[in-house]
Amino acid sequence: MNQTVAAPLVELRGVSRQFPTDGRARVHAVVNVSLQIGRGETLAVVGESGCGKSTLANLIIRLHEPDEGTVLLNGTDISHLGPKAMRPHRRTMQVVFQDPFASLDPRVRVGAAVAEPLKVHGTKRGEELDEQVAELFELVGLQRIMMKNFPHQFSGGQRQRICIARALALRPELVIADEAVSALDVSVQAQVMNLMLDLQNELGLSYLFISHDLAVVERIAHRVAVMYLGQIVEIGSREQVFSDPRHSYTAKLIDAVPIADPRQRTERPLLTGEIPSPVWPAGEGPEPVELIEVEPGHLVAKE
Amino acid sequence: MTDVGVALEAVEASGRGALRMFLRNKAAVIGLVMFTFIVLVTIIGPGLYGTDADKMVARPFSPPGDELAPRLGTDYLGRDVLAGIIGGGRTTLAVGAVAAAMSMSIGLLVGSLSGYYGRWLDAALMRLTELFQVLPALLFAMVLVTLLEPSARTVALAIGLVSWPAAARLTRAEFLRVRELEYVKAARAIGSSDRRIMLRTILPNAMPPLIVATALTVGIAILFEAGLAFLGLGDTSTISWGSMIGNNKGYILEAWWTVTFPGFAIFFTVLSVSLIGDGLQDAFNPKLRGR
Repeated sequence: MNQTVAAPLVELRGVSRQFPTDGRARVHAVVNVSLQIGRGETLAVVGESGCGKSTLANLIIRLHEPDEGTVLLNGTDISHLGPKAMRPHRRTMQVVFQDPFASLDPRVRVGAAVAEPLKVHGTKRGEELDEQVAELFELVGLQRIMMKNFPHQFSGGQRQRICIARALALRPELVIADEAVSALDVSVQAQVMNLMLDLQNELGLSYLFISHDLAVVERIAHRVAVMYLGQIVEIGSREQVFSDPRHSYTAKLIDAVPIADPRQRTERPLLTGEIPSPVWPAGEGPEPVELIEVEPGHLVAKE
Repeated sequence: MTDVGVALEAVEASGRGALRMFLRNKAAVIGLVMFTFIVLVTIIGPGLYGTDADKMVARPFSPPGDELAPRLGTDYLGRDVLAGIIGGGRTTLAVGAVAAAMSMSIGLLVGSLSGYYGRWLDAALMRLTELFQVLPALLFAMVLVTLLEPSARTVALAIGLVSWPAAARLTRAEFLRVRELEYVKAARAIGSSDRRIMLRTILPNAMPPLIVATALTVGIAILFEAGLAFLGLGDTSTISWGSMIGNNKGYILEAWWTVTFPGFAIFFTVLSVSLIGDGLQDAFNPKLRGR
């Protein structure tokens, strides 16, 4: 087996990204993040709003360029590729966004929206293209006659299926789901998650699943990374993180999940206080945390 | 459903929904009828009416209703005022349309590049826009026309050149708004080229306010043309509404009809265009839908 085949699908090495704010201060959105996503694996990234989860996703699909560190896709460094050079790599990874009402162009028929990636990459045209779009519709559990409709004629769940179909059009290896089920109500959420799991089995997809909902994450993830203020404070398998959280922030997040049965509820400390700001004056920045391997595959930040 | 969702939902209904809204707006329909009538008169009117606008047909300053004079009287040279109005509209409307098209084209180009690419390009283009915006428009247009020999073409060019900043700023604002929407991000993630994203994704969604602005720009351009012609700048060999007023302005007290009727022509044209513009604005406004 050679090196490139053995390489993980995606690998981040010490990736950081800052954004300028008014004045000279900077938002340290992602700080020194290293992680790997294996083939056919679901890595969930959890953390509260503003912790840098979405920036992380944008760095991987290169909607943002990292300031520091490298992003490797199938062993190739894509950190600083220009739009043209990036194009072939876009086929490998696609994204499903949070808001199913905003992520489809209201003026484009959904069939055309799903066909768009195929057109842009010039793989198919004419009837062949229509047929492939129809197959994608069926793959995500929609009927092919729906192709002619506009986005506003669909429910949130259906739209998210359309977005998934669009993401799958180029047969990617990685699908990034940026809060992809957060905007859906619970029953629809379950349907879309089942669809995502089925597709993973069928197509061998890897997912980067970004969410703030731990119940969802527990269902779908193989591995979990916990982000706090732009840094990963704990990463490990689902069992390791959920049954044996070692970082205080992870423990608090898990404790904060509501328990349906009142008799099983215990007294628990709520998350209190504001999280510190990720905004720093120029020249200053957060202290990078040091991750220690507490058991194989389970890394925790020193506190 | 999110607020964005609701808004998008409503905008989506555009197309036919906007047309229905427009047709339900009485003022807008009146504007449209008026404007169609004016355009028809300027196109086929001279042929039907038969009198040459340049021809001296009666005693100078014959008042309207004079038995020997044409219906709307004659000007200081004895030319038929009604013939002038019918024949002079052609220049005014053509210059207005060409100038508005030019203004919107420049504005669209500058605004879309500025709004889409941002950063230094935005800064540079916006400073350029401001430069054109702070120049006194009428004065600048007068200088341009004088330097480039007065003709309908240079007048249209000058009006286009002084009136694009508003269109550029509007386009930029729309591009800034639409650029951040998730479906544009999705297009980028797919690997669409910048050109494709700008033309196929952002532009169609930025169109409604730009269509409204185009209609209003036509009105402004017509007024501008009239203003320049009034000042004697323009093609002196053809009659336009503005030049009729300009040529007769010295006799306004003795022969009110020589300036009043061309004035009405300009007034009703600009009014009709503005009514259409307002109607379009309401038609594209999702908040007024479904009333």
